[in-house]
Amino acid sequence: MSETAPADGTVASAARTDAPPAILLDRVNKWFGTLHVLRDVSLAVAPGERVVVCGPSGSGKSTMIRCINRLEKHQEGRIVVDGIELTDDLRALDAIRREVGMVFQSFNLFPHLTVLENCTLAPIWVRRMPRKEAEELAMELLTRVRIPEQAHKYPGQLSGGQQQRVAIARALCMRPKIMLFDEPTSALDPEMIKEVLDVMVELAETGMTMMVVTHEMGFARQVADRVVFMDRGEIVEVGTPAEIFNDPKTDRLKLFLSQILRGH
Amino acid sequence: MAPADTTTRVPLDGPVAGVPEAVARRPPVAAVGPIAWARANLFSSWISTAVTLLLAYLIARAAIAFAEWAVVNAIWQVPGNQTQACREVKGIGACWAVVTEKHRFILFGTYPYEEHWRPALVILIFVALYAVSAMRRFWRQELVLVWAGALTLIGILMWGGDSAPRLLPQPWEQLLALALLAGAGFAHVRGWINVAWPAAALVFALLAWAGPVLGLSYVPQERWGGLPITLILATFGLAFAFPLAILVALGRRSGLPAIKTLCVLYVELIRGVPLISLLFMASVMFPLFLPEGMNIDKLLRAQIAIILFAGAYLAEVVRGGLQALPRGQYEAADALGLTYWQKTGLIILPQALRLVIPPLVNTFIGFFKDTSLVLIIGIFDLLTAGKTAIVEPAWQGFGVEVYIFVGVIYFLFCFAMSKYSQNLEAELNRHRRR
Repeated sequence: MSETAPADGTVASAARTDAPPAILLDRVNKWFGTLHVLRDVSLAVAPGERVVVCGPSGSGKSTMIRCINRLEKHQEGRIVVDGIELTDDLRALDAIRREVGMVFQSFNLFPHLTVLENCTLAPIWVRRMPRKEAEELAMELLTRVRIPEQAHKYPGQLSGGQQQRVAIARALCMRPKIMLFDEPTSALDPEMIKEVLDVMVELAETGMTMMVVTHEMGFARQVADRVVFMDRGEIVEVGTPAEIFNDPKTDRLKLFLSQILRGH
Repeated sequence: MAPADTTTRVPLDGPVAGVPEAVARRPPVAAVGPIAWARANLFSSWISTAVTLLLAYLIARAAIAFAEWAVVNAIWQVPGNQTQACREVKGIGACWAVVTEKHRFILFGTYPYEEHWRPALVILIFVALYAVSAMRRFWRQELVLVWAGALTLIGILMWGGDSAPRLLPQPWEQLLALALLAGAGFAHVRGWINVAWPAAALVFALLAWAGPVLGLSYVPQERWGGLPITLILATFGLAFAFPLAILVALGRRSGLPAIKTLCVLYVELIRGVPLISLLFMASVMFPLFLPEGMNIDKLLRAQIAIILFAGAYLAEVVRGGLQALPRGQYEAADALGLTYWQKTGLIILPQALRLVIPPLVNTFIGFFKDTSLVLIIGIFDLLTAGKTAIVEPAWQGFGVEVYIFVGVIYFLFCFAMSKYSQNLEAELNRHRRR
């Protein structure tokens, strides 16, 4: 049990909105072998809310976000996404994955397909969209991430920042209700981070429900409705960016912030 | 960057190379042309020159000796079976007369002489089939039909049979053909496949029925031989083993314990025994397990043994490719909501198979030649036919010429495979170029 984890994750969000949460984690526990990586994690994300998750490496933030579309299986507790509970039911899982887009740290574009094919693959095969329509949609989204001219190149011919923007466009092509970002800028050279963050800020302005694992505190301040601080598998603090960055309550968060700031 | 004042303190004569503005220069021009190449690679020092000259001398001597034996002193034809002329030049000249005399036996085995046009046509059909399958623009589902059609045609040509309806003599076979036809029609009506499929199934069924009435005389399988046998065993062996291998490789990585165990057992059991023992089992033991009166063709049994054997080896090659893919590819496909088969067919296999083209082709070439092992169960493939051709007393002792002839045929097919795979690899891995 986690004495230090305050329950204000659920409390705060319940206070914010009457709509059912887009993502609900209810006392989720997960182990890798005997390592307890998620400890009674509870969090509710309202539709349209932007949540930034931060914390030291190994704190379980990536694992948590990967549980939401079941790239990892949780062992205890409940996860409800868009009103559907994640269980072993594959139909429910497919339904959730259609509505949840994900952007990975290492891009994970399909190297044997062109940028355009990367974007149209899932709409054509999963959404059964006609090819022409899918290509129009893909071009529209590639324009939004500002690389329409690269549509017929292969991912290996693009820079890291361009690849990550393609990955964002690819996820958006499924017209998801929720977007998950797992350290989207951590694998990028410094000069490319901004181009990806700019795209994410624009996306946030459209009202997309977003959950972002990142160390980019500037981004968190700019777009986050709430910041979640995790440490050793627990949610330690939840609050507005101002509360978290200017008024940390726990020693763990203070320590983390001092390390982050020293690094910058 | 370094502070400016450190550079001023360093005493320098003349300009600092590249400091104010580095101008992009061309790379140094390498000497080109055969003379420059030879100077750089063959005559760069006196040792190198000496080795080059020595090797050139040895190579030239060997080449001249071979040319004298193979061309200058060779005998190309002898009247009838009068091989004295050949015996006289033995050791100093090749007796290609044995190939001239026996090439039809080597190529077609004991197939009836006046019907040799049929296996010859079969060889051409095979070569055409390879050529069509090799072209990427024909890589569509209809290619399966071309293969089915070619298989049927080959069966009709090889068997013929106005004495007995050879294809589909059994009621269950006829039922199967009807079921295929019905299934193809149904699938077309549901819009899963285009009209070519039921049409082909109809043609297939008709051909299978009509084969016996085309007026070709019946040739039992025991009389088939030579190159068609080698091509049949290798082509259908690999054509069936490859999909089997993919399924087994996927099964070995399956999360379902029963499937995984089954696939591991299959691979380990088959791989653990020599091909020869499998062929023996297929030829001698397998009929013992069949019900009385049921008899499966010996060639078919050997074919199944080869498919199973090649399948186990290829499965491990394919599995290597599957394992080489980063986990992120699986995760990205999952996150997009692709089903298992979509993920496998669209993302995983296209990448995994490209990675393993070299070992795949290696295995393919190996199996093309391993089909010659069927000689131990008395099937007359190309190599066995060659061996048998020189059993006759008049032609004994001319094995070298025959084996060179057979070797050249094997080489042509294997080298074509090798060359093709190099092109395919370059083309399919285009996306890796920057």
